[in-house]
Amino acid sequence: MVRVEFLGPIQKEPLELDITNLSQLADVLQQDETMTEWLQNSAVAINDTLTSSLNVELKDGDKVSLLPPVCGG
Amino acid sequence: MLYLYDGGLKVADILKEWYEQELENNYGAYIPFVGTVRSEDGIDGLSFDIYEPILESWFDSWQEKAKAKGAILKMAHARGDVMLHESSYVSAVFSPKRRVALEFIDEFVEAFKASAPIWKYDLKDGKRIYAKDRSTAIEGSGILGEKR
Repeated sequence: MVRVEFLGPIQKEPLELDITNLSQLADVLQQDETMTEWLQNSAVAINDTLTSSLNVELKDGDKVSLLPPVCGG
Repeated sequence: MLYLYDGGLKVADILKEWYEQELENNYGAYIPFVGTVRSEDGIDGLSFDIYEPILESWFDSWQEKAKAKGAILKMAHARGDVMLHESSYVSAVFSPKRRVALEFIDEFVEAFKASAPIWKYDLKDGKRIYAKDRSTAIEGSGILGEKR
């Protein structure tokens, strides 16, 4: 299973999904209308490393995090 | 050197501590930046969420850039609520000569605003409201929303 976490202001509980790549995660999350805007503006990290491609394989135990727009300071 | 604290920062103590840490290390310049919550739009304060695993690796990558210039970087940030006229953020560069530190603090603070995994909320009328309009999407965002 892959754990998916939604950080900061995204009000969504973590998911545990049986998926093997990021494209499958996009398919799942695009079904959720409350996520539409967050999917457009969030960055994605796998095991705490940012990625800019959907062509990434996932394995059992991986963690995917969604990072919405930031503003520190 | 990254320091995270719950609530508003004790700025004078932090600046003094950093000054004393580096006093004997032959840095000619110490340039701090302090971010303080000011009154605007009726807010009572700000509040912050931080994702620490990525903040730490992000900060380490900037420390390496500082090191390549012979400088070092320090940063402190608040978690949770920070009220008006308290400070949420301090960063500083130490370098042998002033020019490197002056330029690097500018570059670092701008990058920090655009890419450090920290989320800001306004505290207003008892609510915690995401500061969406003042936030910046991290470079490479949006891949999960691409049409399929």
